[in-house]
Parts: sequence; C-alpha cells; structure tokens
Amino acid sequence: MTSPLDQKIRISGPVVVTANRVGDGAVVYRSAGARWSTDLADAAVTSDAAAARDLLKGAIEDDLSAVGAYIAPVKRSEAGRLQPGNLRELIRWRGPTIALPVTPVEQSFVLQG
Amino acid sequence: MYVYDAFDRTLVAERVAEFRDQVARRLSGELTEEEFKPLRLMNGVYLQLHAYMLRIAIPYGTLSSQQLRMLAHIARRYDRGYGHFTTRTNIQYHWIKLEELPAAMADLASVGMHGMQTSGNNVRNITTDQWAGVAPDEIEDPRVWAEVIRQHVTLHPEFSFMPRKFKICVGTSSHDRAALRIHDLALRMHRNDAGELGFEVMVGGGLGRTPYLAKTIKPFLHKRDLLSYVEAVLRTYNQFGRRDNIWKARIKILVHDLGPEAFAKEVEAEWTGIKDGPLALDQAVVDEIAARFIYPDYPQLDDNPPELAEKRRGDRRFAAWLDNSVTNHKLPGYAIVTLSLKPEGGTPGDCTAEQMDAIADLADRYSCGEIRVGHEQNMVLPHVAQRDLPTVWRVLDEIGVAQGNVGLVSDIISCPGLDYCSLANARSIPIAQEITRRFHNIDLQRDLGRLHINISGCINACGHHHVGHIGILGVEKNGEEFYQITLGGKADEGAKLGTLIGPAVPYAQVADVVEDIAAAYLELRERPDELFIDTVNRLGVEPFKERVYATR
Repeated sequence: MTSPLDQKIRISGPVVVTANRVGDGAVVYRSAGARWSTDLADAAVTSDAAAARDLLKGAIEDDLSAVGAYIAPVKRSEAGRLQPGNLRELIRWRGPTIALPVTPVEQSFVLQG
Repeated sequence: MYVYDAFDRTLVAERVAEFRDQVARRLSGELTEEEFKPLRLMNGVYLQLHAYMLRIAIPYGTLSSQQLRMLAHIARRYDRGYGHFTTRTNIQYHWIKLEELPAAMADLASVGMHGMQTSGNNVRNITTDQWAGVAPDEIEDPRVWAEVIRQHVTLHPEFSFMPRKFKICVGTSSHDRAALRIHDLALRMHRNDAGELGFEVMVGGGLGRTPYLAKTIKPFLHKRDLLSYVEAVLRTYNQFGRRDNIWKARIKILVHDLGPEAFAKEVEAEWTGIKDGPLALDQAVVDEIAARFIYPDYPQLDDNPPELAEKRRGDRRFAAWLDNSVTNHKLPGYAIVTLSLKPEGGTPGDCTAEQMDAIADLADRYSCGEIRVGHEQNMVLPHVAQRDLPTVWRVLDEIGVAQGNVGLVSDIISCPGLDYCSLANARSIPIAQEITRRFHNIDLQRDLGRLHINISGCINACGHHHVGHIGILGVEKNGEEFYQITLGGKADEGAKLGTLIGPAVPYAQVADVVEDIAAAYLELRERPDELFIDTVNRLGVEPFKERVYATR
C-alpha cells in the first residue's frame, strides 16, 4: 500500500488533514493538539507544504484512531468560518445532498445546481 | 427458495467468529489498517465518504421473507433505517459502525446471509433473472446452475486472489432480463440442434472505463461440462490476466488483447485436461442441489378470476398498475409482481425498514414467502395468485412501491454516486431525482413508453450507463460536476453500448437535456408504438444531438 507521504505534496491554499474514525467511520479532522475532532472548526489549518506533511505524518501514525488520512482543501467564508474547499469535502462535512429516506428533510442539505 | 445445508451454515458461522476476532484486534490496535483492510473487504466492508459500508450478498437475487425481515432489522438496529439495493442485486448499508459489525454479521448469519465475496478479486455474487423459476419463457431455473457454480467458487483458494473481480451471470430464458453480456462470464442456456440442453459461453463483458460486451467463445457447452469449463475460464484468466495495472486487469482486457478466438483456444487447452475429471457434473449432484430449491405447492387456479376483472374495470389506477407492473407467470392463475423502488423524488433502490417488513409480510401471505431483487434495483413478488392482486396492490400502494413506472423513464438505475461513494466524481442520485420530478406525469411516461435511463457517478459504471437507452456519466471538470450523455445502449439480448452525443453538460442542465431528448423522440418516432430505443437505432444519435446542443 502506497503511503500518502510517499507522494509529493502540492498545495495552493489552506488545507487540513482529514480521515475517518476507526470505530464508526465518522469524518474527523486533525486538530492542532494532535487530536481528532468531528468539528471542522477545530482543524489545524496550514498553507505550508512542510507543515501539511507534518500534520499528515502525525495523523497516519495515529492508526488506532483514524483511517485513510489525507490532505484536503479548505476555505474561509466571508464571516471567517472554515469551510470545505471542494464538493467532495463539502459532502463529507455536511452529509449527502439528498434527503435520506428516514431522516427529516431539514437534516439534509441541498446544493444549488 | 434455496435452503443452505449444514456445510454452508457452519462456514458462515465460522466466518462471523473469525471476523469478530479481527475487528476486536483492529479496535485494540493489534492490527493496523493496512493489515485489517483486506480482511474487512473479504466480508464486504468498505470505507466510504461518511462511514463504513456493508454489502450483503443476495445470491441470484432470491430472498425469503425471514431474510428480508432480517435486512429490515439490520437497517433499523445498526444503520439509519434503510438499505440500498444495487445493480448487482446485493444490498448495501451506508452508515454501519465497525464496532457493531460483528453483531450485525451474527444476526445476518442466523438467516444464512453474509458479505463474503461482495468485494475483492474473487468470484462475486452470481446473478440471474429476477423472474427465475416463474418466467413463462424459461427453459430451466437458472438459479440451480448459479448455485452449482457458487458452491464451487465459494472461498476457493485458487480463485480468491485473481487479477481482478469476476462477475458471473446465468440466464435460461429467451429474453435476457439479467444483462448477460456485461458480465465477465455469461452463461445462456439453450437447446442445440440435437435438442440437448447446454450453455452459450460468453466472456469478457464489462463496463467501466473500457466497456466491452462479452464475446461468445463456445456456442454450446453441455450441462455436464459447466463446472469444468468455468474452471478452465477462471484458470486461463488467472494465468494470463494482467496484475501490473489495475485498469487493465479485468478479463475483458485479456479477451480483447488476445482476441476471443485465441482466448477460447487457451481455455480449450486447459479444459481438455480437466473436463473428464472430478468437475464433470454428475446429474445426481445437480439434482441434489436442485432439490434444495423449495418450490411452492401451487393450488390450481384459473387465469383472469372475476374479482380481478371487476377491480380492473372499476379502478383506473389499479388497471394502470396491472398493465405496467404485473407479468404473466408460468402457471395459470398466478402473476409476477414487480415492486418499484423508484418513487418520484426518491433514491433509486432505497428501501426503508418499514417497507421491507411490509413486503416480507405480503410475501408470506401472498407470495409463498419469497421475494426477488433485480439488477434494475426493483423487487419482485414472484408467486402472487391473480385473485389476490387487488389486495396486494392496496398494500404496495400504501407503502409507496406501486408507482406503475416499471420500465418507464422514471424507473432509473443509479449508483449512489458522490453522495456516498469515495470513488465517485459526481452525484447520481439528485440527477435521478430531478428527472423523476420532471416526468412526474405518469401519462407522459406511458406515452414515452419503455425508456431506460442509467446513471453512474464515475467511470467505474456501477449504474451501467453504457447500456442505458439514455446513459448519464458524471465527470469532474475543474472542480465542477459535468455529465456525459450517451444514447442507444441496451442491456438485453440485443445488448449494445451507447453512443456519446457530444460535450458533457453541467449538473444544472442534465434534466433539461433528458427532457429535450424525450421531446425529440416524440417528434421523431414513426408511430406511437415505436420504442425510444428503436427510434434511436433507426435514426442514429444525430437528430437528438442537434436538439440537445442547438441552444447550448
């Protein structure tokens, strides 16, 4: 299995490190204190490739807590709130863009096409 | 229904115990993810965008009511109250917790279900016709032959680490309802000139980034030789299939590169050495397997009972559903009922725990306790007495699976796409949902007639977009979702790959494009009963292309 650390890290803006929690698969973000959080607001953000590599390295070494760690783009909203930087990450963050069959509609979100 | 024997039950129980231990060791840190991943995949456990996903095999698409109730229980107890039936006639749960998986698998094992060989480079769940055993045009029940192969390849060490996954499909009817030619290996039963029964053997079908339809390498294979020949195909693939490049590892690439004739020669050479050995099928063994398929003891009934005719006359909605979703059974007085899992604005193939329980209850009362799942992501009650159809319809209508849209434009086949899948580039489900809203008028759907839309959220083509009458493939361009449109694909006995009509269109325009294509068809068809696919075949894609891109 090729480690993400074996690949050249290219970033063009702010990024975080994200993964899925081992026990339940929940989406988690690597925080500054080398911990994991389900809240993107807690994520450690960097725009520096070396710092991103360090974050990723620590995340991968914590194999007991989270799985499949990788670097993901983020952006700031006008209000300064941290948001995912692409659609895939937005869906991981907010859940499916469709109403689930047995979940109230208000708990899903709908992207504008 | 097929009933597992003691050997199968022991095998499934042992696998649960094994997996329970593996999960415990993973959670304690004794196993790393690198060590654990192949073990979980052997049990159908994937990691998707939001959570783990558990894929459960439904062999040849057949479920007992007891098994369906268990699937409802799994949805309710371990997931979010629903499951998703796939184009491989499996079921997936998208919110499973690793910590709870051993318990879920133990529950599943109690009804003979598991996730073995729903992932990995082995022989996957063997599929067949969802009307198996009851179709009027069937020669024999194809599930017997699927089961013969299943027993041989289950946990077979030689076929557990092949170059890539391997999908087998068996059909025994004149009309192909199982999409035979898109499989790695397809077996079509027919009679030869001497009146003997055997199989046409087709290999190298598959969609994905390099779509091919399976080529016939043996026009007639006697039934007794089925297992030895399948073994020879698998061995040939194992020996010559590429392992250096995942994108070139499927058997379709090998068959294409060697050529079907050269591939067939290699198979024949392999087969010559084993055809008269232990794999030559003893009829007694086949009979024994066939005997484990328990068929209903059908009371003798007449076609068109008075209560059915009366209800048809008095209820237009019922009559429309009858015409659309109910099909002739091989026996008089009975019917095959298709349950549409394609409600307007819903997710194709999704079924809630409440629906599963209600369908299981209906199956017990009116379908001899049996349910089927088809590759179109719908369900089937295969043994309904015609006199019971009004009652069955009322319940199906109450639980939202009697739309009367089977085979119509809103009966869309779709993969989960980017809303769930970590491989996807674009969303599939919201595209399907928007199309069903645009075509909510059932009279318009009926006017359009048989029209299959297939949607995939990436080039892996789980939504079989290449063989949709209208195929929709999601791609990503500079961070945006775009969709390629193909026309003219078919998955039946006249299987054909669709033709790309032009540049991909953005997410917001896909439903508009489908409406344009439908409108063009209504103008271009020669007569009201010329099907959409026949109009495309007659005229080619150009007139549709002109219509779609005239204003874009």
